Amino acid sequence: MSSVNTKPNFADPDGFYAKLIEAHDGLSDEESAALNARLILILSNHIGDSDVLNDAMTMARNAGQG
Amino acid sequence: MFQDRYSLAFKLYPYERSADQDADSPVRHPVVVMGGGPIGVAMALDLGLQGIPVVVLDDHEGIGMGSRAICFAKRSMEIAGRYGCGEPMLDKGVVWNLGKVFHKEGKVFEFNLLPEEGHKYPAFINLQQPYFEKFLVDRVREAQAAGAPIELRGKNRVDSVTEFDDYVELQITTPDGEYKLQADWLIGADGASSPLRGMLGLDFEGRVFEDSFLIADIKMTADFPTERWFWFEPTHGSGASTLLHKQPDDTWRIDFQIGWDVDRKEEMKEENIRARLDAMLGDVDYEMVWSSIYTFQCKRMDQFRHGRVIFAGDSAHQVSPFGARGANSGMQDVDNLGWKLGMVIRGEAPERLIDTYSEERVYGADENILNSTRATDFITPKSKISHTFRNAVLSLAGEYEFARPLVNSGRLSVPCTYDGLSLNGPDDLTGGPARTRVGSACPDAPLGAGYLLSQLGNGFQILTIDADAPDEITVDGVTAKRLAITASDDATGALTERYLGDAASAVYLIRPDQHVAARWDRFDEQAVQAALQIACGKEVTA
Repeated sequence: MSSVNTKPNFADPDGFYAKLIEAHDGLSDEESAALNARLILILSNHIGDSDVLNDAMTMARNAGQG
Repeated sequence: MFQDRYSLAFKLYPYERSADQDADSPVRHPVVVMGGGPIGVAMALDLGLQGIPVVVLDDHEGIGMGSRAICFAKRSMEIAGRYGCGEPMLDKGVVWNLGKVFHKEGKVFEFNLLPEEGHKYPAFINLQQPYFEKFLVDRVREAQAAGAPIELRGKNRVDSVTEFDDYVELQITTPDGEYKLQADWLIGADGASSPLRGMLGLDFEGRVFEDSFLIADIKMTADFPTERWFWFEPTHGSGASTLLHKQPDDTWRIDFQIGWDVDRKEEMKEENIRARLDAMLGDVDYEMVWSSIYTFQCKRMDQFRHGRVIFAGDSAHQVSPFGARGANSGMQDVDNLGWKLGMVIRGEAPERLIDTYSEERVYGADENILNSTRATDFITPKSKISHTFRNAVLSLAGEYEFARPLVNSGRLSVPCTYDGLSLNGPDDLTGGPARTRVGSACPDAPLGAGYLLSQLGNGFQILTIDADAPDEITVDGVTAKRLAITASDDATGALTERYLGDAASAVYLIRPDQHVAARWDRFDEQAVQAALQIACGKEVTA
C-alpha cells in the first residue's frame, strides 16, 4: 500500500505558492472555492491511487480540527 | 537653514569649513557621494581605498538614532571584511541559528539555520544599524590616517544639481552659507525618499503595501533565548503578526503588524506600546529604547545610472523589511559599483562598464523585490482565499514537514548570482559545482590558517586549483594575479566541494568584487585574456 509523501517535494516552494495565489487573482470567494474544487479533482486523477487519496483526505480533515 | 530631521546616535562628522567654500570657482572632484548613511560611507571606503578622491555630503553630522536595519547577512560582512571592518561587526553582533514559528497560541515548528562550516562569517548577525555605520566610519578614519583621500562633510545639504555632459554641479548649503561643487560622478546614496531622485525628476515605480508596522526596541535582562520568534495572528492581540529578535546590549526588537488605518500619534504613545508589549511578554520588566512606525513599498528605479549620476542602496530600490534585503542589497550595490567606477576613472575600462552596474544590480533588485513581495503576501494575505491558503499551510506545517518550506516569514538575504548577464565569460568547468557558476559570489572556505575570501578581491584574480598558469596576465593595462592552491591544502574538503565538484582541476577568473567572471578546467591564455576583456566591459581583441 502506498502512502502520502509528507516530506518536502516542491522544487521551488515560493514559486509554487505564488502561482497558486495568482491563480485566484480577481475571483470572488465562490469562484475561488470552485477553482479549488476543480484543482483537487485534477490532481486527484493525476495521483489515482485511492490509498494515497484517502490518507490525504484524512490528514486534511484532522489538521483542520487543531 | 538647517532643521534636523532626526537626532543622532553618534556625532561622527561635525561640520567643518572646507577650503572649497572659499574657492573663486566651483572645485571639481572625481566623485561626490550624496548621503552619509551605511551605503554612502561604504561607497567612499571602497573608492578611497583604491586611492580615488571622494567627498561625502550629508545634511546631518553623524548617524541617526534607531536600530533600523538589524540583520546583516554574511555577504555584507564579507564586503565589510574586504574593506577591513568586518571583524568589529562580528565581535559586536549577535549570532542566532534557531527560529520558531507560532500561529495563534501554539508553536507550529522550529528550524535551525544549520550554518555551513568553513566560512569566516556566520549566515547572519543581528546588529543595530548605528553600530554597523559607526564601524564603517571608524574604518574611514583609519584609512584617512593612512592617506586614503576620503572626506566626510557634515551639515552639507545639497539643494540642487545641474547636469552637464561629463560632470554635475551641486548647489550646497552649510551653516556658513552656500557654495558650489562639481563632480565627474555623483552617487545618490540618500535613502528611500532620495531628494536627489526628486531633483532630477526620476521615476520610482512599484507597489505600496497597505499596512503599518510598529517597532519597539526594549532592553530587558529577562532570560529570553537568542532566537528569532515569529507569530502569525498572535492570540495575545498585540498585532496581526509579531516578530521578536535579539540585538546586542540586552536589547530586543519587536515588530507588530498593526494595520493600515492607524492613528500614528495614538499608537506611538508609550502607554499604548507598553500595552502591546505586556500582552505579548507577560509579567517582565523592560525599558523602552526606541520605537517607530513604518510602512513600506517594493519599488525600484528603471535604471540606476543616469548620465553622470548613479544611484545606490534604498535610493535606487526599496523592499519590504522581510528577509533583510535593504541594507544588505545596498552593500552589494557598493561592492559592484566600486571597482567599475574605479576602473573607468583610472581609464582602464570604458564608461560602458558603469552601465553593467545598473544591469547587474537591477537584476539583484528584482530578485530582492520578488522575495520580499512573496514574504509580504504570506505574512499579510491580500485576499480571503490567500488568507485561507496561508492558514492551511500553517495548520499542516506542525505535523507535516512538507508544508514547512511554504511558510514564509522572510527569505533571508543571500548574494545575487548574475546569471546570463553581459560581463559573464565562459563556464567551461565540466563537473563544476552550481554554486560557483559564472556570475556567483565566491563562497568562503578555509585556506591554510585563514580563509579564501581574505585572499581574493580588490583586483582581478586567477584562482587555480591543481592547474598550471603564469603568475599574472595583463591585457590593455589590466592585470589579473594568480592565487594558486592545491586540493592537498584543503584539509576540510570545503574548497574541493565548493570549487571543484567532480572536476580534477579548475581555473577561475574572479572579479574585484569576488564574483566569478569565468571558469575552465585548465589555463588557456587566450581564453582568460578574452574573459578579462569581457569582464571589463570591453570588446574582445585578445
